[in-house]
Amino acid sequence: MTFINYAAREINCKIVYYGPGLCGKTTNLQWIYDKTNPQAKGKLISLATETDRTLFFDFLPLDLGTVRGFKTRFHLYTVPGQVFYDASRKLILKGVDGVVFVADSQEARMEANIESLQNLEKNLREQGYELKTVPYVLQFNKRDLPTALPADQMYGQLNFKGEPTFEAVAMNGTGVFDTLKAVAKLVLTELKKK
Amino acid sequence: MYEEEYQQIKDILHRLQVDSNSKIVFLVDKNGQQIAVEGDMRGVDATSLASLTAGNVAATDGLAKLIGEKEFSILFHEGERDNIHISLVAQRVILVVIFDEKSSLGLVRLRVKKASQELERTFEQLLRKAEADRGSMANRFDSPFAEITDEDIDSLFSE
Repeated sequence: MTFINYAAREINCKIVYYGPGLCGKTTNLQWIYDKTNPQAKGKLISLATETDRTLFFDFLPLDLGTVRGFKTRFHLYTVPGQVFYDASRKLILKGVDGVVFVADSQEARMEANIESLQNLEKNLREQGYELKTVPYVLQFNKRDLPTALPADQMYGQLNFKGEPTFEAVAMNGTGVFDTLKAVAKLVLTELKKK
Repeated sequence: MYEEEYQQIKDILHRLQVDSNSKIVFLVDKNGQQIAVEGDMRGVDATSLASLTAGNVAATDGLAKLIGEKEFSILFHEGERDNIHISLVAQRVILVVIFDEKSSLGLVRLRVKKASQELERTFEQLLRKAEADRGSMANRFDSPFAEITDEDIDSLFSE
């Protein structure tokens, strides 16, 4: 739920990066963190295991500037992608304003992508949201790998409702800000309707 | 959030901070959005504090449900110097008190209990007001985002 504080003239929006394990959700956030100027960002909090797998969530607060006199702040979260952390994923989706689905382009991970997408749909529904209506952006990550599937084929299998779709290489930042910008735009456009 | 209730909440938090002799008193909603804060926040990352508190409460809530409890209404973390007391108010907001050896758990619990009741009343009042406004204000009070344009949004990303 977008939190609009009229007294402090602030809007806070929550964006969640979803996707199968090791698809690059944390890498997306890490890139955004590295490339944003220090005044605009807070600390990147990563609750991860000793082997750097996300355990609960990563969190990055981002100040984008002002819209109509309101300070716009985005809270970016990632979920733990591994299948057995489902209970934690559900918690993180609470109060979400926009979702980015990060898909792994490797052929061998296609099944995991589809499973994770179905899991997203199910978990959103449990929180009272529908993937059909929630601001939603799709990202095909790891486009640089030789085993990457053609984007058309991925689009056919993963695109849910004609949502904006981006090809990315999160390791070198390709497509990372385009994805963020697209989801932010959808979230703010949604505000307009309310 | 209305100005009047916001001020009331700030007053309650301030009183709690003084009465319980604590360092920081902090109010967060269950989604991790900071509502109000009293005390010396220098050197403390408020946004992260809010987000982690909400995550903590959400995880504990999940645990409660697993064993058939409705919720755990109080969490307490004890450190070497500072301690954190977290409690749920009216099942919707989270009250965080950070204190050191100048206070005690007993005192904090006592004062938190009193402040929680006051906060509950304020939130009820707030809800009633919002409820009443929903009908009458819906048309008069346009959201500042009703006329947001694509250029407004693009300009956010211009750097």
